Amino acid sequence: MAKRPRIIPCLLLRKTGLVKGEKFANHRYVGDVINAVRIFNDKGVDEIMVLDIDATREKREPNYELIEQLAGECFMPLAYGGGITRTSQMEKLFRLGCEKICLTTAATTVPGLIEEAAARFGRQSVVVGIDVRKKLLGGYEVMIHAGSEKIATPLDDYVREVTDKGAGEIVIQAIHADGTLKGYDLELVSRVVKNTNVPVIAAGGASGVEDLAAAIKLGASGAAAGALFVFQGKHRAVLINVPTADDVIRAVSAQP
Amino acid sequence: MITLIDTQQSNISSVRNMLKRIGVPNVTAQSPADVVDAKKLILPGVGHFGTVMNWLNESGYRAALDEAVQVRKTPVLGICLGMQLMAKYSEEGNAEGLGWVDARVREFDHVSTLPVPHMGWNDVLFREGIFAKGYRESPRFYFVHSYFVSCDNEADVLGTTHYGHDFVSAFQRGNVVGAQFHPEKSHAFGMNFLKKFAEEFHG
Repeated sequence: MAKRPRIIPCLLLRKTGLVKGEKFANHRYVGDVINAVRIFNDKGVDEIMVLDIDATREKREPNYELIEQLAGECFMPLAYGGGITRTSQMEKLFRLGCEKICLTTAATTVPGLIEEAAARFGRQSVVVGIDVRKKLLGGYEVMIHAGSEKIATPLDDYVREVTDKGAGEIVIQAIHADGTLKGYDLELVSRVVKNTNVPVIAAGGASGVEDLAAAIKLGASGAAAGALFVFQGKHRAVLINVPTADDVIRAVSAQP
Repeated sequence: MITLIDTQQSNISSVRNMLKRIGVPNVTAQSPADVVDAKKLILPGVGHFGTVMNWLNESGYRAALDEAVQVRKTPVLGICLGMQLMAKYSEEGNAEGLGWVDARVREFDHVSTLPVPHMGWNDVLFREGIFAKGYRESPRFYFVHSYFVSCDNEADVLGTTHYGHDFVSAFQRGNVVGAQFHPEKSHAFGMNFLKKFAEEFHG
């Protein structure tokens, strides 16, 4: 392991509430987002990612007021995604206290946006989210618009393309694993790691510290999770559950 | 009272929020004159070295900072790009820095197999002194940078971090302190570091 892995709760915003779904659907309300950030803060997590899952679809601006409140409670790095299509919005988000912005749909639909963002703010601030769906007959396809539309570019090419354009890191999200608590799609993680030299964050499906460790072992720099941090127990009672980087480091050395 | 310099591109609200959380009064400079009169300064920063140096030079803040830091010996903390600006020169934009510390800013070389930027938490090994004390466990901080500082004088090195090779993650020369990491985003560790600067560091 090159360095300490990052453990990243990925919080989904719908209006001002924290929600969690499965395979990008059936989202249900799991709590107050400001409260969740406060708890994660006290637990000392490595980083928080907040994604507004409706902003792009509703063609609206990020909720700056809420983001400012979140940033004020967040004494760790904060990445925000959702509804960003212009560098002027990014500038505002950085000024409100975000460290990074995450582009998913706009990374393909707005030509030149990654390049412009990387040139203006430095590539370390620019995260590209890649949502991937497993095809029925094998292989993967890259999806945009919250998993509702596929793009023509094959996965490996897309990973290289966003890297060349200036992505500072890539969050690889397996839609088919999202919220299932069945573990990451490790084949997918490994494939992305091989096609880029920027840090890769695994997302989608983690159920415990062993899953996080497995992704780190394959070369991911960070492991993101939603359900793992907010759902716990067989009835999926809402709790906040936080493994630390030390737990993951121990699990990495324990795995064969 | 700590006076913050808003370099236009910086994440100044994160620093303000953290200072508020640890109970350190602070204001943001509204003009270069506020910098000259400051009791203590923080120069935060993200962004491009050359661009921010140009802004400092053209806005009048450069002259005010030189007066405060070099003549009045006001204690100052540079964070991330703020630290790099205190060096003599950076490869980012091939630009001259403030030159308060004999140091150069170099790009992480891509021969290394490690991802650049160096982004994430990493350990800092501090030399003896106030900044080395008070952590509940071995201190680690959040880093995001593609360029690193190299000091000409070993005596100026306050802390080192390993990423492919050792680099200077904190320096101190008299009243000037620089941190490559982001204390404002390093929860308990950062709170301790900033408290030390605010309460115990007098240059």
